[in-house]
Amino acid sequence: MTSTLTPVRSKRSALTKGQLPKYAPYAVLGAALIVGAAILALIGFNPFGWGVVSAILFAIGLVSWSAVVEGSRKAKDKLATCLVVGSFLVALLPLVSVIWTVLVNGIPGLLNPGFLTNSMNGVTGAFDNKAVESGGPVLGGIYHALLGTVQITLLATVISVPVGLLTAIYLVEYGHDGRLAKAITFFVDVMTGIPSIVAGLFAAAFFFVVVGPGTKTGAVAAVALSVLMIPVVVRSSEEMLKIVPNELREAAYALGVRKWRTILKVVIPTAISGIASGVTLAIARVIGETAPILVTAGFATSINTNVFGGWMASLPTFIYTQILNPTSPSNPDPSSQRAWGAALVLIILVMVLNLVARLVARIFAPKAGR
Amino acid sequence: MTATSLTSTQGAGRAGDKVFSGATLAAGCLILAVLFGVALFLVVQAIPALTAPADKIQGGQGFFAYIWPIVIGTLIAAVIALVIATPIAIGVALFISHFAPRRLASGLGYVVDLLAAIPSVVYGAWGAAFLAKQISPAYGWLAANMGWLPIFGGPASTTGKTILTAGIVLAIMVLPIITSLSREIFLQTPKLHEEAALALGATRWEMIKMAVLPFARPGIISAIMLGLGRALGETMAVALVLSSGALTASLIQSGNQTIAAEIALNFPEASGLKVSTLIAAGLVLFVITLAVNMIARWVITRHKEFSGAN
Repeated sequence: MTSTLTPVRSKRSALTKGQLPKYAPYAVLGAALIVGAAILALIGFNPFGWGVVSAILFAIGLVSWSAVVEGSRKAKDKLATCLVVGSFLVALLPLVSVIWTVLVNGIPGLLNPGFLTNSMNGVTGAFDNKAVESGGPVLGGIYHALLGTVQITLLATVISVPVGLLTAIYLVEYGHDGRLAKAITFFVDVMTGIPSIVAGLFAAAFFFVVVGPGTKTGAVAAVALSVLMIPVVVRSSEEMLKIVPNELREAAYALGVRKWRTILKVVIPTAISGIASGVTLAIARVIGETAPILVTAGFATSINTNVFGGWMASLPTFIYTQILNPTSPSNPDPSSQRAWGAALVLIILVMVLNLVARLVARIFAPKAGR
Repeated sequence: MTATSLTSTQGAGRAGDKVFSGATLAAGCLILAVLFGVALFLVVQAIPALTAPADKIQGGQGFFAYIWPIVIGTLIAAVIALVIATPIAIGVALFISHFAPRRLASGLGYVVDLLAAIPSVVYGAWGAAFLAKQISPAYGWLAANMGWLPIFGGPASTTGKTILTAGIVLAIMVLPIITSLSREIFLQTPKLHEEAALALGATRWEMIKMAVLPFARPGIISAIMLGLGRALGETMAVALVLSSGALTASLIQSGNQTIAAEIALNFPEASGLKVSTLIAAGLVLFVITLAVNMIARWVITRHKEFSGAN
């Protein structure tokens, strides 16, 4: 009888035999870091290379140890885990790198006095040359571009939200999965995939035909952005309207309320938080679009408050032109400083919109209590 | 009697019903009209370029000779992007759906979505200012050691502004699309299939290989197709990163061009026939992406109908 109890007392019971000890990953990681540092010291140390070499050594070490102790099936499992985690880390690299680059290059531009309150009107290459050669101030700012972005995006929102919301209502409340509703759903999905530049060309071609060749205004850009924005609004609103419980609609009908009043007074208020956050996300998506604005609104260096007349600047096109065609071709540094400053402002705008969308969804969400 | 009085008092309400449902129907039809209009207006504006004599088109050899190198360039850039992005995206999606601790998963998904939130022009600026410089030594190495492959033919570009760099930037931009769609599909895998595999003693990887991936295959394919649609139409990353030129087989020299970048670079200053030529190029791009997207959506809807899971 006693003999049956003896294995239990042993440290490695039958259950854990043939398994790596719990500390195995940490031990291999430590060894990989040390060996990696040693290898890198031989060929010239840099932190990025150290990370890559250590990660590869870690994967090789853990998998081969596992293959020896646990057999090939467990080793394959470990290898897959390493690859999956590794791919996630690889995906994080560009995110960190982009945000870091924009912060490092953009903060000097943003801190420039007058960067947010001046336009580029009258800022010529001569000023930039002076700024580089004799250390003068870097003049010019993004006020005109910021204003243009706000105007174009607002107009695009004013066009897209009613159309998108009404379409979503049609799909959920009136479509009954009919042939037209199916066609609209399909083509809204297809519309999501229209390249942004084609949307811009469509708006340009439309206004060339209707108004006259060469028409480039903020309103054309707003139409182009609406083409990109409407499908996003439709999809998100549709999802939100679908999750409104049917009991609410039936309760309203039972009280004798007309269908359109039910939708306006019961269904939409219930779903408004989700709809609002969907619209905010759609704005965040189109506010950074460059190509459609480039082909529809051109680019301007001065303030233009009229959406319906004249070329108009926007933040993305400002970044694009400052990088591709610096104000002073011989001294591009001030231009690239302005471009990075504008990029930082644009990223902050997009992030704030994303954050607002999440907050709106959370704060105005209907109470779940029954 | 009561019935008539009821309906008569609600006359205004019935009119409201009609107006409202009519408005929603009109909005729905407007969307179809817009999509139709996109095609129509592009065709109308493109006709002058398609019918013009060959020597009037840029390059002097007609529209076809003008368009095919940039169509090939567009496909090259998109294929590079997909080859790089697909394995990583599937890995990330698996990590979030099956490997990461439950509590972290949604937060990590949000981090990947941040990649999609960064505007394309910022990616372009980053690619031109940072990535191209960092990666050009690697191109020198590729040209020296793998130069016998035509795609790595030297001499390598010293600025790093090549189609391969543009493809890498595109890969970063399509990554979140493929990731979020595949993640949705992976999460839909029937729990019973997964648990059955694990109960038979499968390791986690074997469970994924036997239960998750076969179930998700059509979804992954359509996710890749949608990523392809995005990569084909993406403008800024290529316009800013690539120093364009004639069609070349080598990926590490400057050269090649994509349709979207060609339009963006030339449209603002274009006039006359050049405008039509660029709009015709846009039409070609529209047709290609439309076909890709429609196939992808078709695969998704077909998958939905035949999926026995739900």
